[in-house]
Amino acid sequence: MLYTLFRPKAMPFPFTLVVRKASLCSVSATMSTETCPSVKNILLLDSDGKRVAVKYFSEDWPTNSAKENFEKVVFTKTQKTNARTEAEIAMFENNIVVYKFVQDLHFFVTGGDYENELILASVLQAFFDSVGILLRGNVDKKEALENLDLILLCIDEIVDGGIILETDPNVIAGKVASNNIDSGAPLSEQTLSQALATAREHLARSLLK
Amino acid sequence: MAQPLVKKDDDRDDEAEYSPFMGIEKGSVLQEARVFNDPQLDARRCSQVITKLLYLLNQGETFSKVEATEVFFAVTKLFQSKDMGLRRMVYLMIKEISPSADEVIIVTSSLMKDMNSKIDMYRANAIRVLCRITDGTLLSQIERYLKQAIVDKNPLVASAALISGIHLLQTNPEIVKRWSNEVQEAVQSRAALVQFHALALLHQIRQNDRLAVSKLVTSLTRGTVRSPLAQCLLIRYTSQVIHESSNNTQSGERPFYDYLESCLRHKSEMVIFEAARAITELNGVTSRELTPAITVLQLFLSSSKPVLRFSAVRTLNKVAMTHPMAVTNCNIDMESLISDQNRSIATLAITTLLKTGNESSVDRLMKQITNFMSDIADEFKIVVVEAIRSLCLKFPLKYRSLMNFLSNILREEGGFDYKKAIVDSIVILIRDIPDAKEAGLLHLCEFIEDCEFTYLSTQILHFLGIEGPKTSDPSKYIRYIYNRVHLENAIVRASAVSTLAKFGAAIDALKPRIFVLLRRCLFDSDDEVRDRATLYLNTLGGDGSVVETDKDVKDFLFGPFDIPLVNLETSLKNYEPTEKAFDINFVPKEVKSLPLAEKKAPGRKPTGLGAPPSVPPPTADAYERMLSTIPECANFGKLFKSSAPVELTEAETEYAVNVIKYIFDRHVVFQYNCTNTIPEQLLEDVIVTVDASEADEFSEVFSKPLKSLPYDSPGQTFVAFEKPEGVPTVGKFSNILKFIVKEVDPTTGEAEDDSVEDEYQLEDLEVVASDYVLKMGVSNFRNAWESLGPDFERVDEYGLGPRENLAEAVNTVINLLGLQPCEGTEEVPPNSRSHTCLLSGVFIGNVKVLVRLSFGLDGPKDVAMKLAVRSEDETVSDAIHEIVASG
Repeated sequence: MLYTLFRPKAMPFPFTLVVRKASLCSVSATMSTETCPSVKNILLLDSDGKRVAVKYFSEDWPTNSAKENFEKVVFTKTQKTNARTEAEIAMFENNIVVYKFVQDLHFFVTGGDYENELILASVLQAFFDSVGILLRGNVDKKEALENLDLILLCIDEIVDGGIILETDPNVIAGKVASNNIDSGAPLSEQTLSQALATAREHLARSLLK
Repeated sequence: MAQPLVKKDDDRDDEAEYSPFMGIEKGSVLQEARVFNDPQLDARRCSQVITKLLYLLNQGETFSKVEATEVFFAVTKLFQSKDMGLRRMVYLMIKEISPSADEVIIVTSSLMKDMNSKIDMYRANAIRVLCRITDGTLLSQIERYLKQAIVDKNPLVASAALISGIHLLQTNPEIVKRWSNEVQEAVQSRAALVQFHALALLHQIRQNDRLAVSKLVTSLTRGTVRSPLAQCLLIRYTSQVIHESSNNTQSGERPFYDYLESCLRHKSEMVIFEAARAITELNGVTSRELTPAITVLQLFLSSSKPVLRFSAVRTLNKVAMTHPMAVTNCNIDMESLISDQNRSIATLAITTLLKTGNESSVDRLMKQITNFMSDIADEFKIVVVEAIRSLCLKFPLKYRSLMNFLSNILREEGGFDYKKAIVDSIVILIRDIPDAKEAGLLHLCEFIEDCEFTYLSTQILHFLGIEGPKTSDPSKYIRYIYNRVHLENAIVRASAVSTLAKFGAAIDALKPRIFVLLRRCLFDSDDEVRDRATLYLNTLGGDGSVVETDKDVKDFLFGPFDIPLVNLETSLKNYEPTEKAFDINFVPKEVKSLPLAEKKAPGRKPTGLGAPPSVPPPTADAYERMLSTIPECANFGKLFKSSAPVELTEAETEYAVNVIKYIFDRHVVFQYNCTNTIPEQLLEDVIVTVDASEADEFSEVFSKPLKSLPYDSPGQTFVAFEKPEGVPTVGKFSNILKFIVKEVDPTTGEAEDDSVEDEYQLEDLEVVASDYVLKMGVSNFRNAWESLGPDFERVDEYGLGPRENLAEAVNTVINLLGLQPCEGTEEVPPNSRSHTCLLSGVFIGNVKVLVRLSFGLDGPKDVAMKLAVRSEDETVSDAIHEIVASG
């Protein structure tokens, strides 16, 4: 009796949440069967296979552990390959993975079995090059983590819900970097406080080391 | 919240790299998020906190409902700030949290303001965010802005709106479909990616309208499509149109082929590849059409880019399955790829070469592969082994080098799946290439000397038992087999004992020696091993002298075990210990078909707690058990088939009777299941008198009456007939239920003494030809069909007259023949004009029958059928035709 009395009141809130999630997943699930090229995930891992930034667009890996498992398999199987000059390619669990490494960073882009490999490679190249532009050529894990906001925005500008949004690295970097120009805010104050903050951060970092 | 400021990082070494997120804690970050509420917003600091939150989410951290709501509300405050960088992070954060419907309302107005902002970046992102989190009701409010945005002159804004349209089409198709004019305009956009997104959306809006898609393709293939991505899309749509149109027009020039071919000269590799792949996948592609596509793929093979080489070799590999000759031009390039750094490319190259190679190149190829095998993973090795197997079947003369290769890799390290693939391949080669038998068996023997997989050892021992005795010198295998009895675990020992027995039974000269070995096995520590040794010593009989083995014993050892294990299990479970021994002959041989619902959705049903266990209705088995209690039936031999119950009365009559037909080689037994539905009556001496005047080849042998039939407790009476042996004798039987009625006092339940004789007319019963056919599936119809051979093939054509549809006609014929449909061919795709159905089964007298039915629609409703039967006996093939002709 208690159950039936209280349940309806508690229900609506989480319930709507569940519905939203479900509808989202159905979108990406049906997308993959469409003829439109689609990306299942974009991964940026470090040289130990740990996440720097990842974004999944497909529901093939519903839980975090499934995602981590996939990352682990992909990382260990590609680890020993030389993907530093040209992008490499492999298949895992009926997915095509294209990847490229630089310093201690491993870039991956995954697509379905039937995907045009060269389209996926162009997405990888876009991701790789725009990160290079955004990090001003210092592409390594430390730099990437310090500018994680830029990396996340970069992924957001390349693929939206599995659909390729843009593949020109200059355009992508331009869209991400343009955000750093503050337009409306009072300029003088902003820069001063920013300068102070940067100094503080540098000091803290040197102390930590 | 007393959280430690810096949590000890679990990195292995102390000199962990510096990370701005070192020691990050969800609790403290959530605390930090309070700066979002400050009246004086520090944009930089807020951005950092959002980055931290996003970092946590990215690492797999989850926020509880309360935490997510709190963060969401705090983030919405940040719309006050005019800092673009911060706004950008706010957009990202809102998308990541994916707020619930009632929370969305709070940001809607802010986002709608941004959608009308002068800043393009705001407009584009606000659209993406709003469309991501919105629901249908809100969508109609913002529809006007979205339509505007689609034709916005800024490509970012247009793309954002178009992509949002693609996503929304899944949930709110009716709204998005209203935008097609704007989308159509966007397809003409000068911005490359806008064109791509517009094309994708336009196609999805129209995808169910074939004519519209065809028009779209026609107009665009003539015009200019700027972006390579859009060109790829157009190629995909074009091949769809080609695919659909080729279904209707069988002849003539293929439409749009010229367009695909022209794309092979595009400047973007992505487009070239897409076009080449599309051409290779055309329905019934001719070699003339293939050539230009193969040429560009061949160029890709020598590219410096691994992705290009991979895509080309993968496509060529697929082409090699259907058009091996077309790919042979690339063989030289392919061979150089065997040493490719990328092992996926190398494996694909090898398997392609194995498919396209000719007999003379086999040896050279094998040499190259041997070097290659040592440094690839098991999964690739399995692919290579399978390719070698099919190559060997293609060139049986080359079995020596291929078999050697297999035995070499069998000796090397490898996991179970890899070893199993090799063993399976050797077994198949031994079966199909007689010359390879002796060498192959010895390789297998050597393998089990040092095999760590019990499953493989037992499989090989079983196989040795069947094939070994047929070789020229069977005695040389005995040592390998008997070694197993010394060295292995109980399971392998037991199967080695069985194998020894088979050698003893098959070769009389070896019998004394086998007896010595088997007697030693009697002292084994394991029950099963001892039991088997005892059993075989007894069945082989004699005292171990050289005598000929009985035929029965041979049948027992070598004969196929044709009783489905499920049925045996059920029968054994049903068996109640009595003086009567369990008789395996009464175990039904027919495979119980699964309930229809389960067949239709394999794997889709929830397994586990939610799923009801699928148990076949127990009644039929219970009836069969009853039959085994009748002593008269004992000498009828093996039960061939039992039918499903046939009702002989209308529902809800006084007496409900149904009948089960049991078919034996020379007899037919009818089991009448009677139920008395009148509480005031007790029936005694119930018997069904059968008039077989319309079934002259049947003669009644006995009938077994039912002593008494009280209210509502079913009872059985049996009638048995003799019939000519092994022939499908048909006939019609009329039945009358005869009995003595006694009145029963419903209050006391006692029967009165005076009784009246009475009878009750039942419906007629027919024994039809399909009663003599047993459903028995085959795993590989094609193999079975070819192994039966065309000697007793009978082909004829029939007109089935007007039918509802093809599926109905197919079903009728399947039911008429009573055979088992194979490989899912009983399912007719909707709206198809023709269909082929494969059936298999066993005819009375244990004759295998395979049937290939080809249906076609002839005119609007008329169905024509071609019936091809193969069996082990021509009279049976004719009998099957008889069934159809008379049915």
